[in-house]
Amino acid sequence: MPVKVMIPSPLRPYAGKRDSAEFNARTVGEALGHLTTEFGDLRKHLFTEDGKLRSFVNVYVNDEDIRYLAKENTPTKDGDTISIIPSIAGGVPAME
Amino acid sequence: MATTVQPQTGAKPAASLSNEEILRYSRHLIMPEVGMDGQLKLKNAKVLLIGTGGLGAPLGLYLAAAGVGKLGLVDFDVVDSTNLQRQVTFGTTDVGKPKSEAARARLANLNPDIQIQSFETQLTSANALELFKDFDIIVDGTDNFPTRYLVNDACILLSKPNVYGSIFRFEGQATVFGMPDGPCYRCLYPEPPPPGLVPSCAEGGVLGVLPGIVGSIQAMETIKLILGRGDNLVGRLLLFDALGMKFRELKLRKNPNCPMCGTHRTINKLIDYYQFCGVRGEEAPGPTVQVPEITPRELKARLDSGDDLFILDVREPHEYQICNLKGHLLPLGELTRRVHELDSSREIVAHCRSGKRSAEAVDFLRKAGFRKILNLKGGILAWSDEVDPSVPKY
Repeated sequence: MPVKVMIPSPLRPYAGKRDSAEFNARTVGEALGHLTTEFGDLRKHLFTEDGKLRSFVNVYVNDEDIRYLAKENTPTKDGDTISIIPSIAGGVPAME
Repeated sequence: MATTVQPQTGAKPAASLSNEEILRYSRHLIMPEVGMDGQLKLKNAKVLLIGTGGLGAPLGLYLAAAGVGKLGLVDFDVVDSTNLQRQVTFGTTDVGKPKSEAARARLANLNPDIQIQSFETQLTSANALELFKDFDIIVDGTDNFPTRYLVNDACILLSKPNVYGSIFRFEGQATVFGMPDGPCYRCLYPEPPPPGLVPSCAEGGVLGVLPGIVGSIQAMETIKLILGRGDNLVGRLLLFDALGMKFRELKLRKNPNCPMCGTHRTINKLIDYYQFCGVRGEEAPGPTVQVPEITPRELKARLDSGDDLFILDVREPHEYQICNLKGHLLPLGELTRRVHELDSSREIVAHCRSGKRSAEAVDFLRKAGFRKILNLKGGILAWSDEVDPSVPKY
């Protein structure tokens, strides 16, 4: 059951510059697991060392925040869109 | 579900418009959604803009043009030429002037009938409540996490709406926080990212139109709040993807356990937001690794004397096109994978734009067994300053 995971700009450098990826997954946690297996560099940006979602990264299934559903156990169905929404401060840093 | 923001009490509200004002605002007045009542609401409204940069530019221009009676402009920064690509309030002759004052002069020229107050100061926990108290609506056009949390908390403490907008490269976000039944910024993001996990600055830059669009959305939301018309973005996070040209929206819920706006508030005063955000926001430089260095002048002397040095440029290909020192291009992000392209028996000088990315490259290569490797101190910027001013800085 493919679900689409939307990867936001700030995290694309760690995801092969992709803006989305599709996985077969029954829950949000499973989809994010596939995502961070395929793109290992993403893991530390999404999860703490003990495997919990970081508090400055919000995850939505369609337009609902999973914190108000069943968190990572939130079930997904065919055609759902999972969005990762990190906090962005704005501003335009120069390059280093 | 329109929500009106009541003006702060104080001076007696204006009850009429002059003939000149009627003519100036005629395209508002002939709309039933604005009309005379709405235009008077705008005239009696007091809006404080935090930041007069990329988001603040369209905000200031449209709110002044719309006839918002009192605008406050908070910015401690000075206009520089790299701002002009997107901060459309400023002109070339403003370079070097304080932004708050340059913006005030521009907006006063646009609309001499409104009151504009510039505050050339950094917003801090010490001055925020005092600055905010005379305004009805606060608009957050800042660029760093400490100020975002400060604006949020001050708005909640004073029960004022916070019209929020934020941008990153090609994406924008906008919403309205701080309304009585709506969420606040801490409901959305209880904590800022730790300094080490803020997106890399090698991915810097922004398309100049993007803050124009997001700031315009903030201006529209501000005006709707004043008029009490339409559905505002309370409880909705609007996402804008400029590359895909798509708008999406997500539901934002008020977190009942929010330490700021929840049922049991645990934050009752403004705190030290730099400490809260781990000292640096998105802009400040992170710690630079200590590696052996060579100064631009030393490098120039060694090249002139014919030393066999391999120049390694760890920037991105599009930066190489701007200017280069004829080095071998190998972006930092590809170094692990392409390290075999380098000859560890040769003496290598690594450089980037400012010296930070190349310090990471030198550190990595030393750990990989390279012994004869130096970092160009200050990067191509310092090379331009100290050796060859014909190399452009960016």
